[in-house]
Amino acid sequence: MDMLASLLPAGVAVHAPALIVVIPLIMAALAAFMPKGVWAWGITLVTAIAVAVLALNILGQVSTGGVISYAMGGWAPPAGIELRVDMLNVPLLLLVGIVGLLCVIYALPSVADEIAKKQQALFYSAFLVCFAGLLGVTITGDAFNVFVFLEISSISTYTIIAMGAGKDRRALTASYNYLVLGTIGATFFVIGVGFLYMATGTLNIADMALVLEETGHNRVTQAAFAFIVVGLGLKAAMFPLHVWLPNAYAFAPNFVTAFLASTATKVAFYALIRFVFSVFHPEVSFVAMSFTWLFAVVGVIAMMVASVQAVFQTDARRLLAYSSVAQVGYMMLGLGMGTAAGLSASMLHLMNHALMKGALFMALGAFALNFGVRRVKDLAGLGQTMPASSAAFTVAGLSLVGVPLTVGFTSKWYLVTAALERGWWWAVAALMISSLLALAYVARLLAAIWMENPPAGRDGTPPATRLAPWMVLAPMSVLALANIYFFFHADPLVGLARAAANAVMGGN
Amino acid sequence: MLEVLVERFNYIPIIILMMTGLYVIIATGNLVKRLVGLSLFQTSVFLLYITIGKVFGGQPPIISDAGHGEEAGHGAETAAGHAAEVAYSNPLPHVLILTAIVVGVATLAVGLALVVRIREAYGTIEDDALNTADYSLETGSVE
Repeated sequence: MDMLASLLPAGVAVHAPALIVVIPLIMAALAAFMPKGVWAWGITLVTAIAVAVLALNILGQVSTGGVISYAMGGWAPPAGIELRVDMLNVPLLLLVGIVGLLCVIYALPSVADEIAKKQQALFYSAFLVCFAGLLGVTITGDAFNVFVFLEISSISTYTIIAMGAGKDRRALTASYNYLVLGTIGATFFVIGVGFLYMATGTLNIADMALVLEETGHNRVTQAAFAFIVVGLGLKAAMFPLHVWLPNAYAFAPNFVTAFLASTATKVAFYALIRFVFSVFHPEVSFVAMSFTWLFAVVGVIAMMVASVQAVFQTDARRLLAYSSVAQVGYMMLGLGMGTAAGLSASMLHLMNHALMKGALFMALGAFALNFGVRRVKDLAGLGQTMPASSAAFTVAGLSLVGVPLTVGFTSKWYLVTAALERGWWWAVAALMISSLLALAYVARLLAAIWMENPPAGRDGTPPATRLAPWMVLAPMSVLALANIYFFFHADPLVGLARAAANAVMGGN
Repeated sequence: MLEVLVERFNYIPIIILMMTGLYVIIATGNLVKRLVGLSLFQTSVFLLYITIGKVFGGQPPIISDAGHGEEAGHGAETAAGHAAEVAYSNPLPHVLILTAIVVGVATLAVGLALVVRIREAYGTIEDDALNTADYSLETGSVE
């Protein structure tokens, strides 16, 4: 950790929390003016590397020196905007930074295939804005700032999803629906923040928590809680509010889906944790009630219903998108337990799910890149024609089911342990049933890939093996191997998840 | 009851606007009209924030140093004393709403741009027609 903390010169390290947001924002403007897509990609890559390094450095700083509070522009909080990093948002910064970097490496061949040449530079620019927005939501300690960054990331997300229209025009309607719902969500969130401001007179999250602790809760803060949960729930694809997600993931460019699936909903989920646990205390009666009767219930329903819906999808990416909704359900269930164990299981699953879905969507992207396939039945025989990508897909798919030797097993194990600790047998049963459903939909994909023969060419010859470009294979393999590596070396991720839970639950 | 309503008169139009906006979003099948509803909904929230900023009997939040300007030495002191006596309305929500308006404009712009692209791709901006177009596409692709 000391090594990470001294990764950057002290002068830079002091400003790391600001730089991690500012660099992508400035680079986005620069990328927009690049005459060639490749140059814009180069800028994006440099930015992503910088962000990953900064995220590692911040991890080092927080682990050695405790909570970082950075006063933006030198205005001391609570009056000024505070960037605040503690053990809860460090995992998110790392996740967005490192998975973002892997996705950017993957982007070059994938974007070259899917986006018109003229639009590539603008596409990368919009992606960088989205990247900055997600990092901003994660790092800021100001409630209104969360809204602004949430919208910065969302608005650019709508644009980059719509760019899938080159391959399938349904990307446009998917993006439009996401825009309407996403804006309703953001507006609900901002109403909630307004109520909180009415009740506390401050916008600083840490300060709000202090004031609320003193003054106690009333109808206004309860209304604020409801609005914030609905607003952020929409962004995080909490079960009944997830309708925008399947189409958006299914029709966006492959690179966008891989990036969003592993970061965007996670960041919104983090914001939800931040508000529910830090601003509202989990021991306040209406918050405690919402855990059992809202988050846990909604989580279990999502695990069941979305998994069943996933089983019957014909489009491979839509199938995985429904699975994502179900996985958000697991995280909601962990949150709903309201215990440190539950929350840390939830955080662990958040990180692990990013590893799985990143690899899975990248593999689907590789299939689409080489053969243009997107439906489940078209995956037939890819095990023979694209063995490496299929292997990565298989590892991540098994991890999604929760097969031992993969991280999916680790996070389900912790979820089950936390549920048992709480005495929630029904939750354990739900986890088992949902895992079986996951087995059903993953098996459909794997059966198509490995059991069936590839369709023969027109002259009857079997299609030759096609290797995906190394820039696609490398990040995909890293993510797939991470799924196995972190099963055997679970300590880093479990440690991060525990520290995150303790940071908000007040333990140590 | 009536007293409560009169005291909080501001909130009534806000709630009406908010509900109208949400209703329009849900009820209309026309994509442009839906964006109108969305804007209405967002605007009602701007009004809500501006209402929060109002302090009963509050002055506009501008420190007036009329009459104190000449005595430079006392200036800061008297201005501070002045500020303690006079109640000012809270300017912070207004600043927040300036940001939110920008966000709203950006959302609307992206939304309208999408509607233009949808119209180019589908030749319609009615939700039903779009669903039919996509549905027939989907059944066409399944078999």
